Formats: sequence, structure tokens, C-alpha cells
Amino acid sequence: MGIFDFLTGKKPATANLAKERLRIIVAQERSTRGGPDYLPLLQRELLEVIRKYVNVDVDAVKVDLVKDGEHDVLDISVSLPDKSS
Amino acid sequence: MAEILVVTSGKGGVGKTTTSASIAMGLARAGKKTAVIDFDVGLRNLDLIMGCERRVVYDFVNVVHGEASLKQALIKDKRFDNLFVLAASQTRDKDALTKEGVEKVLKDLAEDGFDVIVCDSPAGIEKGAFLAMYFADRALVVVNPEVSSVRDSDRILGLLQSKTKKAENGERISEHLLLTRYNPERVEKGEMLSIADVEEILGLKVIGVIPESPDVLQASNSGNPVILDEQSNAGIAYTDAVARLLGEDRPMRFTTVEKKGFFAKIFGG
Repeated sequence: MGIFDFLTGKKPATANLAKERLRIIVAQERSTRGGPDYLPLLQRELLEVIRKYVNVDVDAVKVDLVKDGEHDVLDISVSLPDKSS
Repeated sequence: MAEILVVTSGKGGVGKTTTSASIAMGLARAGKKTAVIDFDVGLRNLDLIMGCERRVVYDFVNVVHGEASLKQALIKDKRFDNLFVLAASQTRDKDALTKEGVEKVLKDLAEDGFDVIVCDSPAGIEKGAFLAMYFADRALVVVNPEVSSVRDSDRILGLLQSKTKKAENGERISEHLLLTRYNPERVEKGEMLSIADVEEILGLKVIGVIPESPDVLQASNSGNPVILDEQSNAGIAYTDAVARLLGEDRPMRFTTVEKKGFFAKIFGG
């Protein structure tokens, strides 16, 4: 980058932003991969129900299918917002 | 035993067909008896990139349906006599290809003494893409340093690990990343994802990096895969990638900015 680039009004570089966004979305998509097809829908409906009572973020509900020995365990966790907010 | 290599990506327009053509040609030039099959039924294009579009008489679907023999449908390359192209059909019938039909063609090619069968996958994750990858031993995932391509590649890597014959048998197909349209200048400016960024996100090392180059369009225009252009950085990078596929250890080239002069540095030229 040359020292006069600021005169041409160049936009800030965005590769790092791309990397961060990809890191998050790829991790999220990998976590739901391989699970039953109903998981995303279940997650969405749970979120709708919870939001009737508590104002939570869209990513507050996590639904995972975990293997525990011979059993499959449906692991649902809901993070509630801070009292102050 | 023929090795089946699928060239895939999920996203369209990243260079799958360009890569299939160059890799197939490079393998043939290295002495491997190679067939390259266009799986993009309805949107045939490999023939154009290979420069044999006027010699297509029978296609892949004709062979699958028993309307032509494999021998009749295979188009022998004019540059290498150990290289053959099997064109896609232009039919709009999505179900023209079947798993059993594809398996039979691949088996017949193997019995015919082919060393490598390159399967040029269509974009997307529909039937054609699924069939192109299903029987593969190895996969070459073509990725551009760009968000949608990287995300789709991750999706495809997931499918390769679950929806292929090898995966169903508890084996794993070997996956390789090929980064194309790479522009070291833009990477240095922080405008483009770097090789390390893409490798880190996808958790896989690249087997080759093809620099963005006007030679690729010139090659398509003339029907001579860019690997044949020995003056071209993109062509040389494809030659390196083929050597690595064959087990050779070669350093990456054209992945850093060539040194600029003093004035260019000062004025950002």
C-alpha cells in the first residue's frame, strides 16, 4: 500500500472480516451436520415458544443430539439474557 | 485398478471444468491413461474447454441407456492418445443418470485399462453432483478465496464424508483443496482471504494454488486447457498440482507478490 493511498479514499481491507464471519458460520453449520433433519425446525419452533415468554436472542437456543453410551440424548440448552438487559 | 477422482465445489463458476480439463490433461501428459467425464447433464461444457465440441456424437447418457457403446462415446484427444473425453448429454431429463448406470460405466472404464477417471461435477448438491462424487476414491475440492465459495466447500466436504460409497463402507475418501483465482496482491492488501485463512477455516491443506490469470480465459477461448500453456503461471501451477496429486513434493509458486521497484512502492502503483 502506498503512502498516498489515503488520498484516493480506499476502503478498509475486509479479508479479516470475511475470515471471522466464515469461522462462525462454518462452525455453526458443522455442529448441525449429520444430525436428523428435524433438528433445525425443532430449534426454530422452540425458540418461538420461548420468545413468547422471555426475550432471548435468536442464538439462545441450542439443540444437539449427543451419543451417551447406547442412548441418543437430545441436549437442549437455553441461555437467558442478563437481568439488567 | 482405476482411481476415480471427482472435481467438485458446490458453488458454480469457481473453475471446476477448467480444473477437470487441465488436471486430466496433466495426468495424461504424465503417462496415465485418463478419462474425463462431464456429469453436468443438460449443460455440457467440458467438451468446449477440451476443444472437442464438434466431435461429440454420443454422450454419457447414451452409454448409460445402452444406446451407444463406451468405445463409440469416448472422444480421443488429439494431443494425447491416452486421454479420452466423455461428454455430458444435453437432455433436460434430470433422471437420465442412475447410480447403477454410472457404476457400470466406471467399471467398464476400469476394465478397459484406464488409470484415472476424472469426474467433472456439476455445481450444486443435486443428483448430478451426488453421482459424480459417489464412487470417488479421491476428491479435488475447487475453492475460490471468497466467502460463499469457502462456505459451500465446507458443505461439500461434509457430503464427501457422509454421502459417498467409501463413507458408507466406513472408509474415507482422500480430499484435496485446490485454491483457484488467487490474487497475492489483493491478499497482501488485506482484501482477499489468504491460503492460510482458507486452510484454517476448512481444516485442510491446499494441494495447489492457481493464480488468477487472463490466460485461463484465453485457454477456454481456444479450447486448449491452460495447463498446456507453459508460459502461463496458471498453467505451471496446474502442472505442479498434478505432480503433487501423483505424490511429488513441490513448493508452491506464484503465491506471493513479486517485488516492486522503489517508485511503485512509494506511489502504491
